[in-house]
Amino acid sequence: MVAYLVRRILEAAVLVFIVTVVAFFLIHAAPGGPALLSNPELSREQIQQMRQTLGLEDPLPVQYLRWLSNVLRGNLGVSYSTVEPVTALIASRLPNTLMLSGLALLLSFAVAVPLGVISALRRNSALDRLVTGFSFVGTAVPVFWLGIVLILVFAVQLRLLPAGGMFTPGSSFSLPDRLRHLVLPTMVLVVLNLAAFTRYTRSAMITVLAEDYIRTARAKGLAEMRVIAGHALKNALIPVVSVLGVYIPRAVSGAAITEAVFAWPGMGQLAVQAASTRDYPVVLGVTLTVALVVVLSSLLTDLAYAYLDPRIRLG
Amino acid sequence: MAGARVETIGLAAGRPAPSFWAEAWGRFRSNRVALLSAVFLLVIHVVALAAPFITPYDPNAVDITSIHARPSAEHLLGTDENGRDVLSRLIIGSQATLSVGLLSMAIAVVIGALVGGISGYLGGAVDSVLMRFTDGMMSIPNFFLVLVVVAVFGSRLENIVLTIGLTSWMLVARVVRGEVLRYREYDFVLAARALGATGRRILFFHIMPHTVPAIIVSATLGVATAILVESALSYLGLGIQPPQASWGNMLSNSQAYLFQNPLLPVYPGMLIFLTVLAYNFVGDGLRDALDPRTYTD
Repeated sequence: MVAYLVRRILEAAVLVFIVTVVAFFLIHAAPGGPALLSNPELSREQIQQMRQTLGLEDPLPVQYLRWLSNVLRGNLGVSYSTVEPVTALIASRLPNTLMLSGLALLLSFAVAVPLGVISALRRNSALDRLVTGFSFVGTAVPVFWLGIVLILVFAVQLRLLPAGGMFTPGSSFSLPDRLRHLVLPTMVLVVLNLAAFTRYTRSAMITVLAEDYIRTARAKGLAEMRVIAGHALKNALIPVVSVLGVYIPRAVSGAAITEAVFAWPGMGQLAVQAASTRDYPVVLGVTLTVALVVVLSSLLTDLAYAYLDPRIRLG
Repeated sequence: MAGARVETIGLAAGRPAPSFWAEAWGRFRSNRVALLSAVFLLVIHVVALAAPFITPYDPNAVDITSIHARPSAEHLLGTDENGRDVLSRLIIGSQATLSVGLLSMAIAVVIGALVGGISGYLGGAVDSVLMRFTDGMMSIPNFFLVLVVVAVFGSRLENIVLTIGLTSWMLVARVVRGEVLRYREYDFVLAARALGATGRRILFFHIMPHTVPAIIVSATLGVATAILVESALSYLGLGIQPPQASWGNMLSNSQAYLFQNPLLPVYPGMLIFLTVLAYNFVGDGLRDALDPRTYTD
């Protein structure tokens, strides 16, 4: 177990290292350089001097190593455009993204698991067909279109919910206000996840229901409800949990667009802004954070998987 | 692209291909939803190919005298905020949207088939290194990477196609590897080896043709994803750049005029939705038709 953990953490570290190297050289290979330095009011000498101060004149490997050694000391540098420390920028954005995608994840499971179970039990029923049809729709709709439609219906037409942002401008924080702002973006993400989650639950349930131990449980005379909830569902959930590992990178991507539609101040928006102004420290900081979140959550998923299923031995 | 090449070689190698494809066609034809989707896709692609010749108006011609015109006999689907004919823009826009989908998938298929084929055939250390790499790539948020790269390098068609292709080959690689592992143990491989065929020849001429059905299925599903990615990039202003039309940028552009012209987002949105849906249905239909054992996704 300890050996497994050590190996996985080492692998994760290597992966994150590679991601940062690739990101670093990619962004420096980009034409144009930081937007900060293309200010037409700066003279050639001033630009030269700024490049020197920012360390952009050094060879790339030297720049990378300097960045890395700073990172290892917890310093992600300072944003070119806002002169804020990158760690502070990320600390103000990351919780917003995690709040949105975490809530969406929980709700998706809460809806998808019962739906998947019911459609597995009543295969080819009207409900099963409806769920299958809906999941096709969920995979084919452009994320932002769904967002726009929801805004049109609930914010513009019905005036029930806010169209975007995280709080009502000018008001102090209150939970009901925050929740009202969460409804629409969460709904978009849930619709996106629902399709995949329901299908996984459904197929896992169908596989499990054909197992011998289900027949045994029924033969013992257990109530059908207990057979399904106690025996079948417990085992069917194992592969569903493992899907999380694949889901998390996708969730980060889905959240990026959803954040843009609903003006949600999260990591996605930060990344778009930073990339388009070639704000090197911010781009690298965001990339590093996203890579860390993804790697950590996939490690946790694997551990949870092994914990839920004693048949799986880590090693 | 690669699929077609491998397939003809497969035929030359004396595989009873006609009956296989004929049987698959028979199974595919009996799936009505998939067949209908295939017909829809055929129409869309023919329209895209013929686009410059069939647009009723110049898709970029600005006419400030008829802005936001409702659908009429003159402009079948109305005009947009610059008085441009919406139908013409949809027709010409299909070119950009479909090329992003097809070209990026072509790149993904070539890389995926190479990585998966080599990984599965050689096994051992090469396999574990390549598969670790594939897992690593899979765990990077795909869209995030595409977004950063396109924002940094500029949103030209080549950049968009290349980045989507380079970040979406992993599924193909996994599927191909699985198939190669399976076919590697067959007697025809042993026979080829006994005849003195080199490893490269065995892999590319004897084994790979058998992976074509699996590749077609995952590529079909991949085209759908690529089209969605382009539309999402467009929404963030990083997709195909106006005035060149793509369904993605027409859709995102329409958001600003929701009140003047609520029909504007409906057309490109429906087209993206139907095309992606059709690709998914065709992919599923092909999966059932080409192999009764289903490929997992």
